[in-house]
Amino acid sequence: MRRRLTPYLMILPAGLWLVVFFAVPLIMMASLSLQQGNLVDGFQQTFHWQNYTEGLSTYGDKVVRSLWYGLLGTVACIVIAYPVAYWIAFHAGDRKSTYLFLLLLPFFVSFILRTVSWKFVLADNGIVLGTLKGWGLLPEGFHVLQTSFAVIAGLAYNFLPFMVLPIYVALERIDYRVIEAAKDLYAGRVQAFVRVVLPLSLPGVFAGVIMTFVPISADYVNAAILGGPQNTMIGNVIQTEYFNNSNYPTASALSFTLMAILLVGIFLYARVLGTKDVLEAAGR
Amino acid sequence: MSRHPHPGDPAFLRGLIQPRMRGPLTGRRDVLRLFGAAGAGLALAACGVQGQGGKDKVSQSDVQKFWAGKAKNGTLNWANWPGYMEEDRATIKAFTQATGIKVDYKEVIQENAEWFGKIEAPLRAGQSIDFDLMVMSNGIQLEKARQLGYLAPLDHSKLPNFAKNAGPSYKNPSYDPGNAFTIPYTSGVTGIAYNTKYVKEEITSISALWDSQYKGKIGMMADSQELGNFGMFAVGVDPEKSTPADWQKAADKLREQRSLVRKYYTQDYADAISKGDVWITMAWSGDVYSLGLDDVKFVVPQEGGTIWTDNMCIPKTAANPVDALTLMDWLYDPRANATLTEYINYITPVPAAQEIIKQDAAQAKGAEKAELERLAASSLVFPTQQDMARLRRYRTLTQDEESEYQKVFNPISQGS
Amino acid sequence: MTTTTAPAAAKAPARRRVPRKGLGLRIYTWAVIAWLVLPIAVMILFGFNDTSSKFNFEWEGFTLKWYAQLFDREDLTTALINSITIALASTVITTVLGTLVGLALGRYSFRGKGVSNLVLFAAISSPELVMGASLLSMFVTLNTPRGYATILVSHVMFSIAFVAMTVRARAVGLDPSIEEAARDLGAGPWTTFRLVTLPLIMPGVISGALLAFALSIDDFIITNFTSGSTVTFPLWVWGSTRTGTPPQVNVMGTLLFAAGVLIAVLNMVASRRRARRG
Repeated sequence: MRRRLTPYLMILPAGLWLVVFFAVPLIMMASLSLQQGNLVDGFQQTFHWQNYTEGLSTYGDKVVRSLWYGLLGTVACIVIAYPVAYWIAFHAGDRKSTYLFLLLLPFFVSFILRTVSWKFVLADNGIVLGTLKGWGLLPEGFHVLQTSFAVIAGLAYNFLPFMVLPIYVALERIDYRVIEAAKDLYAGRVQAFVRVVLPLSLPGVFAGVIMTFVPISADYVNAAILGGPQNTMIGNVIQTEYFNNSNYPTASALSFTLMAILLVGIFLYARVLGTKDVLEAAGR
Repeated sequence: MSRHPHPGDPAFLRGLIQPRMRGPLTGRRDVLRLFGAAGAGLALAACGVQGQGGKDKVSQSDVQKFWAGKAKNGTLNWANWPGYMEEDRATIKAFTQATGIKVDYKEVIQENAEWFGKIEAPLRAGQSIDFDLMVMSNGIQLEKARQLGYLAPLDHSKLPNFAKNAGPSYKNPSYDPGNAFTIPYTSGVTGIAYNTKYVKEEITSISALWDSQYKGKIGMMADSQELGNFGMFAVGVDPEKSTPADWQKAADKLREQRSLVRKYYTQDYADAISKGDVWITMAWSGDVYSLGLDDVKFVVPQEGGTIWTDNMCIPKTAANPVDALTLMDWLYDPRANATLTEYINYITPVPAAQEIIKQDAAQAKGAEKAELERLAASSLVFPTQQDMARLRRYRTLTQDEESEYQKVFNPISQGS
Repeated sequence: MTTTTAPAAAKAPARRRVPRKGLGLRIYTWAVIAWLVLPIAVMILFGFNDTSSKFNFEWEGFTLKWYAQLFDREDLTTALINSITIALASTVITTVLGTLVGLALGRYSFRGKGVSNLVLFAAISSPELVMGASLLSMFVTLNTPRGYATILVSHVMFSIAFVAMTVRARAVGLDPSIEEAARDLGAGPWTTFRLVTLPLIMPGVISGALLAFALSIDDFIITNFTSGSTVTFPLWVWGSTRTGTPPQVNVMGTLLFAAGVLIAVLNMVASRRRARRG
């Protein structure tokens, strides 16, 4: 009897912690998102669904932009990360861990500080643009900061390692003899890649997508530091509504909407992909 | 993102990939069970958030009740804005020498709304915010703090210097009748700063902020009142007398401008204009003066600029209110105030300080002399009647008006 | 990282026949690495800048004075200390709670395992913004003042799942017969755990703990929602972007970077040794 209780007892403390500080807050937020009022008179539960409709009619475009930036940032990560992971997995020889370590270096600097450093590097008269302008290669008014390019590049920079590593792990597991077998069967290099390597590495890409798309879409730091008024993401709005305007209901409604979209997205994505034979095989 | 792993450990990564692809998500029943639990919890969440309103009137007995039994503790925690004190904190040192009160001074306030958001929850719960003295602008948030009863009523019997030396326009302001909760720290003007290295014309009109030749190099402020005021100037409305219809017009005007605007700044516009990221921007007078850059000029546009007052006030949960009150009064000593004004370059509420600065200038030598003479004669620090005529005050908003005002102007800096 | 080299060595004969091609990809990889390192290099460099203005922006010559004046800004120092103590406390709590969960999921099968996995999955994949916002909603509703304690509580919350996952990955791979052997030899459950199970999962526990520390010390988004007037290092840096970031921030960033790299390298070397011995 005691043995059967053991796993539950082991899970209990962490479980309680997650219930109290993860699940209950979500419920409270759901409740707050339907309340009405202001700071002085307080907020009352009136099941005011207009918080959602009004919030989305004002800020719906920011939700769309966040998902769009999430998509672009994720694609940028895949494009940048895949060749790197491929080269390290198949060509880096004994130095694999050294290269992986180099790719992880940004993680040893605080996220905020990294982003602030980019702002510094990309400043209008900073070390890059200032120099180019000095040589007359760029017009005086040219700027990178406060453009969508700066924000997406910053997002891709900050989340790149989450894409490289899963892809690398998937590629690294491929037995090279499989590729040789393909070549023995007269597959060309491209064909061997497309028919053998790529499918076997897809689980890594899928894992990388989950690890990057969600945090990129919900980020507000990059947009705040590197972006301008045309690059506001939903995270910035939520933050401002909570902190500056104390408009808790609208902020809650927007957060809840974002979470619903992202979570439903992930679950669908994982369910659709999760049942494929390929993934079953590669997941082992 | 920072919550994400140092994914250096492939074992960790495998751990992460495997359940994703095969494990937990296949159980539809599990998902349903989870939602069931969440639903049960909803019942628990039907409660609301308490209101705290209705304490903005004070009587003599309130004052006595608050100050009864409070004594000097010899320490003081002060929250202020960047650039509001000498780098070497000379004024604070002088205060400590004069009174024996040690001051822990922090420049933690960069925006009224954000600051209020930070202190709101502890004050609501009646908890300390770790500060005994703070400086807030006359505006929406100060009004809220007052209405919510978050501020200690001032005991004017302990403020003799204020009574004696404060300029008449700083006493009994409309935003705090009878100075019941606040006395001014300093005043300033919101106008336009521009960098003459890039802007070759003389700027006189607010329309320069709508000039498409400066596209991507124009800075505006994110604060809804500052931004709204400038929108109203641009459409020829006096903000103090504006109506909701005027706000809508101003908001439309500001939306027109948005594709030209580099960013809606808080305190960081100073950084941007000194680096050349923006060429022309809304700015606060004293900031520009103390940047000390020859290329950056400050003007009050002919359509108008705003004058605001930053006020010292004591949060009701302060641990050392007597020490805070002592400092507030001490800063109204003309000598002490002159020293501070010489550094921060904003408009002082103590007119007698100007004479002292002139005397200082007479005694000083070389560059310092020139600097002090410039200061004593500066219309930014001691505005002339003519300047004052162009300056407008913030509009005081009722609770309902405020909600509407915020709805009109808040989305603009968010790009909506 | 070391586990990747071990199987690579085992498969070495097959691998050696891999053609040493891919010069283009090699250059590409180095370009990506350069891109990743650029802002870090700039950060380190400008910690040595002899700047005189309020904004550390133009290079004005080499100096070590910011290292000497590292702790001159009291509030920045307080923020750093807050960050470190919160990270330490959070790591201790998280490692204990997370290891228990990881072991339970890795070693036992029981009803509710699916739900537990799902909760961990949700905790890892929920956006930080939503976690922070919901915690703030709760604190607002319950009138809880925010500060040091609420930061700590939230850091433990978001790290548990990561530690649990890391430990589980290790526990799943264990051979159950080793524990059985210990029990057959008369060891009680506690002795078995202490002398057999724990040493076996230790590498997982250590990576989990390092992960928890790293997550906590770097966290900005959730902390921003739960901090009240308590300031941590990332929050201080965020605030300073408005008023000019002083060189001391670069110096602290550099020192944290150096310490992190050092610990990672030591950990790598240690586990390489372990792998060689075992």
